[in-house]
Amino acid sequence: MSFPWAEKYTPKHPFMRWLDQRLPLPRLAYGAVGGGYPVPRNLNYFWNFGVLAGLALTLQIVTGIILAMHYQAGDATAFNSVEHIMRDVNQGWFLRYAHANGASMFFIVTYIHIFRGLYYGSYKAPREMVWMLGLVIFLLMMATAFMGYVLPWGQMSFWGAKVITGLFGAIPLVGDPIQHWLLGGYAPDQPTLTRFFSLHYLLPFVIAGVIVLHIWALHIPGSGNPTGVDVKSPQDTLPFHPYYTAKDGFGVGIFFIVFALLLFFAPNAFGHPVNYVEANPLSTPAHIVPEWYFWPFYAILRAFTSDFILEAKLWGVLAMFGSILLLFFLPWLDKSPVRSGSYRPTFRIFFWILVADVLVLGYCGGSPAEEPYVMISQIATAYYFIHFLIVLPLLSMFEKTLPLPNSISESVLHGEEAEAAPIGVTTTA
Amino acid sequence: MVRGLGILVGLVFAFVVLWAFGHGAYTYVTNPPEQTAEARYHLPPREEVRFSFDGPLGRFDEQQLQRGFQVYREVCSTCHGLGQVAFRSLRDIGYSEAEVRAIADQWPHQVPSINPDTGEAATRKAIPADHIPGPYANDTMARAANNNALPPDLSLMAKAREGGPHYIYSILTGFRNPPAGYEVPQGLHYNPYFPNLNIAMPPPLTADGQVTYAPGNPRPTVDQMAQDVSAFLMWAAEPNLTTRHAVGLPVLVFLLIATILAYLSYQNIWHGGDRRVRATGALDPENMEKRQQASREAGVTE
Repeated sequence: MSFPWAEKYTPKHPFMRWLDQRLPLPRLAYGAVGGGYPVPRNLNYFWNFGVLAGLALTLQIVTGIILAMHYQAGDATAFNSVEHIMRDVNQGWFLRYAHANGASMFFIVTYIHIFRGLYYGSYKAPREMVWMLGLVIFLLMMATAFMGYVLPWGQMSFWGAKVITGLFGAIPLVGDPIQHWLLGGYAPDQPTLTRFFSLHYLLPFVIAGVIVLHIWALHIPGSGNPTGVDVKSPQDTLPFHPYYTAKDGFGVGIFFIVFALLLFFAPNAFGHPVNYVEANPLSTPAHIVPEWYFWPFYAILRAFTSDFILEAKLWGVLAMFGSILLLFFLPWLDKSPVRSGSYRPTFRIFFWILVADVLVLGYCGGSPAEEPYVMISQIATAYYFIHFLIVLPLLSMFEKTLPLPNSISESVLHGEEAEAAPIGVTTTA
Repeated sequence: MVRGLGILVGLVFAFVVLWAFGHGAYTYVTNPPEQTAEARYHLPPREEVRFSFDGPLGRFDEQQLQRGFQVYREVCSTCHGLGQVAFRSLRDIGYSEAEVRAIADQWPHQVPSINPDTGEAATRKAIPADHIPGPYANDTMARAANNNALPPDLSLMAKAREGGPHYIYSILTGFRNPPAGYEVPQGLHYNPYFPNLNIAMPPPLTADGQVTYAPGNPRPTVDQMAQDVSAFLMWAAEPNLTTRHAVGLPVLVFLLIATILAYLSYQNIWHGGDRRVRATGALDPENMEKRQQASREAGVTE
């Protein structure tokens, strides 16, 4: 690992020594998530969410594999097979509600994880690759979740698939062929369902692979921390295990409590009632809305209502994809040498405006495409682009930042990091 | 470079979306959208009726479900199917095996089958393993019999509408004369709880005592029957609700204890007395103490 004082793996049991010489898997685990990974001692609870996202993915894979044993991907059978799972499969209702709400939990923790990164400047050098791989994971998650929502073959599944694949139809010249190629036909049908099922099963494992790269890239510079100051000495760090495994254990408990509240007491709170009606190509639902985690982007898509050189629909598609793609350039848009928002007073104000802005976009995206929601989402969309593309570059040129602590330990000594381990706790055994 | 390009792209997107905003705002001011009849007269589902399964600890009331099933069988099933529900699952609302067999056997509609001698299409009496057969063989037949309206299957109705069982109850009790000046299309019925106000279904529950409840049950008023069948349809849509609530509580208690233990273990590891090696140099707690004392004596606050 990157810090010279990182604990080396020393197998104690003869078998482990034997194994270590042939397949150093325990050594890998020890260095990655064990005592051999030194982590800044001042991480707050917002640093729990990476582990929680990994946990959510694992839960989705486990419940999903069992659901796939009972699900039938056919245009005439899919909807009924989901009801079969709900009624006749032992604990089927538990599995399906766990999977559906698990997706919401996955997005909740991932969004908090992303905003953590935005506030503390986790995207800045030397962690640009960590940030960009994270965005790749986010895009893969969105594709996976979208295809998963099509599988129950309810009304919103069908019409959602039609609207979202229709976005590609807005691309000039090649739009229609691309849409037909994605759907395997002119409208969502049997070929759409089977290919979405196949890809919905594949992509989570691709996500798992990119997560390995994400963690690998993270372990080169090591974890960031709330001060944004680099680790300078052994006093600045604690071994991941047992300190952060214990802290993450508490976070996992809270995660499961929220998850259980949803699953057992409000399992359809995040769902749309219309998806309990079987897909019907001849009857369009009154309002077509995607799942809640797409609402901010859906609002951006619908905010472009007037042609301007290009067609309004194409602007909407460009803006929606652009709103995510611009995040890839964030490390070079925001060049402020200070990472943490805690030492950037002006940035901090804009950050909270952005949080409110995304929440407003989400609210508008889930509302019908009527006034005043469209006008509100137009203002909010404008701010979204202004924030990332104009405010952050200008701020990083002109902002007066606060003085940084000399080191993590110093900030802990001064009591700046309430959650940090006291300095008496040490790093070596 | 990236920053310059970014500012340019940001200006373009912001300009185009604000341009659209200007257009929208101009239209909104000069030509405000007219209020539709739906927006004017539509009512949200009546939430004032309480069901035994409301709330985190709610559970189904078997007596009510059986009454609701009776209403479904005698009134709703004339036009509406319940295709996701199998007769065997009626055991879950308190019917005995023999009763379920009798219910299936005497069901007003039969199950599609083939004639074992000729292979031609035929029907047979239902058995407990069958799903409840609907009144029509297909949608075309249903529309032909109902003035081109399609009576939807009710299996999931309590989850497929905003408001669920409250919506069903509101529809059943919501038929009334249209407001003055409001024209109801031919063959439809005014109901302010229905999304477009005009429902094809004629009022199904018209008189108190339309269904005769067994002795010991509440009087079958229209309101009571509407509540009972709404509760029954909630069971049909979500038969595991009682189990789900009953499992959820102990799961939460378990998780709460586990989380408290996890928190204590976290505190113990971070702040417990079992520190294996002390920090050295300036960060040694003793040295820190000395330094702080020196600062205090010198009148400097650290």
